[in-house]
Amino acid sequence: MKYLTAASRLLRHSSRNLSDLGSNLQFFCSIRPSSSCLSYPSLRSYERFIQDDCFHRKFTLKNICFGGSGVGILHSLARFQSDGIRTHHRNLASTASIPERNKSFATINSDDISYFNKVLGGRGVVQDEEKLDDANTDWMRKYKGSSKLMLQPRTTQEVSQILDYCNSRCLAVVPQGGNTSLVGGSIPVYDEVIINVGSMNNILSFDKVSGILVCEAGCILENLMSFLDNEGYIMPLDLGAKGSCQIGGNISTNAGGLRLLRYGSLHGSVLGLEVVLANGTVLDMLGTLRKDNTGYDLKHLFIGSEGSLGIVTKVSILTPPKLPSVNLAFLACEDYLSCQKILVEAKTKLGEILSAFEFLDINAMDLVLKQLDGLRDPLPSSKHNFYVLIETTGSMESHDKEKLEAFLAQAIESGLLTDGVVAQDINQASSFWRIREGVPEALLKEGAVYKYDLSLPPEKIYDLVEEMRQRLGTAANVVAYGHLGDGNLHLNISTPQYDDNILAKIEPFVYEWTSKQRGSISAEHGIGLMKANKLHYSNSAETVQVMAAIKKVLDPSGILNPYKVLPTSVLSQS
Amino acid sequence: MKIMVAVKRVVDYAVKIRSGVETSNVKMSMNPFCEIALEEALRIKESGRASEVVSVGPAQCADTLRTGLAKGADRAIHVEFPGTLYPLSVAKIFKALVDAEKPGLLLLGKQAIDDDCNRTGQMIAGLLKWPQGTFASKISVVLDEGNKVATVDREVDGGLETLSLDLPVITTDLRLNQPRYATLPNIMKAKSKVIKKLTLQDLNVEIRSDLEVVQVIEPPKRQAGVVLSSV
Repeated sequence: MKYLTAASRLLRHSSRNLSDLGSNLQFFCSIRPSSSCLSYPSLRSYERFIQDDCFHRKFTLKNICFGGSGVGILHSLARFQSDGIRTHHRNLASTASIPERNKSFATINSDDISYFNKVLGGRGVVQDEEKLDDANTDWMRKYKGSSKLMLQPRTTQEVSQILDYCNSRCLAVVPQGGNTSLVGGSIPVYDEVIINVGSMNNILSFDKVSGILVCEAGCILENLMSFLDNEGYIMPLDLGAKGSCQIGGNISTNAGGLRLLRYGSLHGSVLGLEVVLANGTVLDMLGTLRKDNTGYDLKHLFIGSEGSLGIVTKVSILTPPKLPSVNLAFLACEDYLSCQKILVEAKTKLGEILSAFEFLDINAMDLVLKQLDGLRDPLPSSKHNFYVLIETTGSMESHDKEKLEAFLAQAIESGLLTDGVVAQDINQASSFWRIREGVPEALLKEGAVYKYDLSLPPEKIYDLVEEMRQRLGTAANVVAYGHLGDGNLHLNISTPQYDDNILAKIEPFVYEWTSKQRGSISAEHGIGLMKANKLHYSNSAETVQVMAAIKKVLDPSGILNPYKVLPTSVLSQS
Repeated sequence: MKIMVAVKRVVDYAVKIRSGVETSNVKMSMNPFCEIALEEALRIKESGRASEVVSVGPAQCADTLRTGLAKGADRAIHVEFPGTLYPLSVAKIFKALVDAEKPGLLLLGKQAIDDDCNRTGQMIAGLLKWPQGTFASKISVVLDEGNKVATVDREVDGGLETLSLDLPVITTDLRLNQPRYATLPNIMKAKSKVIKKLTLQDLNVEIRSDLEVVQVIEPPKRQAGVVLSSV
C-alpha cells in the first residue's frame, strides 16, 4: 500500500515538473523503501511494479510534452524513455542500504558521446547492450549497475582528457580493469561511466639485471607472468584470478594472494606509479628506484585506494628472480591447533625457502572435489579435518628437498601431521594448487555465497568459524580456507539461495566479532561497495575523517568510483 | 612372481623447454609412462606378488628410484652409467638384468618423453625372445599352475586389439591407469629400503653406441597469418 501511494504521488509530481527531469529521477529514486521492511520477493515485485509504472509514465509525458519547451527537452525525454529507470538493480537479496544516487552527478547526453568519440575515436566508445551488460555485472553476480557508456582509452593522454571532461561535467566514473572484484568495487552502482583500461596493455620495459618491470595498467597478470617466465623472473604476487585480473586493478586494491608470505605486499614491490587524478592531472611518479626518500611517498595513497583517489595508468614493479627448485606438500592435520604449530615449525625449519602456507578445512575440500572436474583427493585413504598446503622455493633442489624432508619427517613423528603427499612433478603440483585455488569457483557453482575476508590473530581464526557453524546450524554450509601464513581467513557461507534471514545471522555479528579482536574486516579483498559503511569496524573515527579529507583534496567533486570505500555519511560532512 | 618395472628419469613433462635441451637446472622427474607402468605393477602386486623397480642412468636416478620405492616397490636396482644411453644399449642391460633376476613379467612405459623413441620395450622382447604387448590400455594377468597368461588390450590405429600372451614384456599407454601419489609415511619408510647399485661390468654388458646425434634444432617459429583481401 505504501508503494501505491508513492507511485501515485510520483505521477502527479511528474505531470507538474516536465522540464525538470533531473529532479523527477531523484524523487523517483528516493521513494525506494528502506531496507528493513522488505524481504527479497517483495522487493522484486516492487521493482517490476516501478518498471510498469515507468512505462505508463512514458505515454503521459509524451502526450503532455507535445510542442514542449525546445529540442533539448524532447531529446532528453527520448533518452529517458529508452533508458527506463536509473536505479541500481540488485540480484542479491540483501537490501542492506545502498546510498541513493548522488544528485550532483550529471547524466550523459549526446554532446558527451560526441566528445568522447572525438577523443577516443569510434572503437573506444562502447554503448553496445551486451558488452555493457558484462561490464555492469560483477564476477560474483551479486551486483549490477546500469551504466550506459563504457570508454576504452589507449593512452594516458586519453585517460586524462576523459577525466578532465567528466570532472567539468560532474559525470561520475568507475575505473575498471579485469572486473574480478569480490566486493563490488569494479562495477557502477548507478549510471557511472565505466573507464576500462584493458586496452592499455603494453609492457614498456624490463631490466634483466634489476628485475624492474614497467608496464601499463591494463596488462593481465597471467600475461605478465608468462613474459617474466621467459626472462627468468616471476611476479611478486599470485592469485586465483590471474587469468583475468589486471595489474592496475591489483595495485589499486593492494591485492594480496598466495605469495605474500614470501614476497611481501605490493606496498613493498611497487616502485613507481603513473596516476591520473580526477581533474585530468597526470601524476608521473613512475620511478624505478629501489630507494628514494625525497618528500612524501604519494604512491602509497593510490595503492589500495580502489580507484577512489586516481586512476593508475602505468606501473613499475620489482620482480623476484625465478628460482628453479619448487616443492609443494599437501598435508593433513587433525585439528586447528596442529595447523598453527605446523606454521611455526615451517617458519623455523624451512626458513627462507618457505613461499606459501595455505589451509582449507574439510568442508572446503569436499566442495571442491564435488564441483570441479578432473580433481582427485591426494589423500583418499581417510577423511581429515584440515588440509595445509606448504610451498618452498629455492635455488638448490638438493638443499631444499633435504630441508623439506627433515621438516616433514619430524612433523609426522611428533604427530602434528596425520598424512601428506609431496608433489613429485609439476603436474601434481598444479593439481594441488588447483584444489586450493578452485574453492571460490566451487562455491560460486554451489549456489549463493556470503563471502568474508578477515584478518585475525591466528589462534582465533577457527573460533570464529565454529561460532558461525553454531549460529547457522543446518541452514548453511560454513566453509573456511585462507592464507594461514598471513593470518587471513576466507570465511564463506554457502546456501542454496540468498536469504535475508541468514544474512541477519551473519552480519553484523562477523564484523563485530572481528572488531573485538582488533582484526580487519577486509584483509585483502578491499571495501568496494559491499563494505563501504563498515570502515569503522576496523578504523577509528579520526582515521576515517582524515581519509575523507584526503579524498576531498584529490577528488573534490567525488566523481571517482563513488559510493565505495568511504562511508557516504563521512563524505557528506566534509 | 616377480614383476620388474623399468623407470627413466627425464625432464619434467610440464617444463617449458627453451632452445636446446638443457638439463642442468631443470626439474627432473619420473617419465609419465614409467609411472603408469609402476602403478600397474603395484596393482598386480596388491593382488599378490613382489615387484621391483629398476632404472638405468647417472647418479641422480636415485631420486626417481626412491619415489618408486615410496609408491610401494619392494626393491630398486640402479645401474650406473654416466653418459647417454640409446634404446638398444638399455635393452641389452635389461636382458642381463632379467637373466639375473628372473622376473615373470616386465613392464615399461611405451616411450620416454625426452627422446620419444618407443623402442626399448620391443628390443628387450626381441633379445629375450619373449612375447610383447605394447601400447597396453588394459592388462589382466592370470597365474594359475598350468596357465600363466596375460590378456592385453592394445591401442592400435584401428581401435583396440586384444591379445592373449604367455607372460610378456608389456609397454604401457596412457589410458591404463592413473598413478597414485607417494604419501609421506611411505616416503619415510622408503628411506630405509635398499637400492642396489650395479655397473655395466657387473652385468657383463658392453655398450657400443651405434647412434650419433648430429643436430638438435627447434622447429621454425610460427609465422603470423596473412589476411587476404579476397580468395
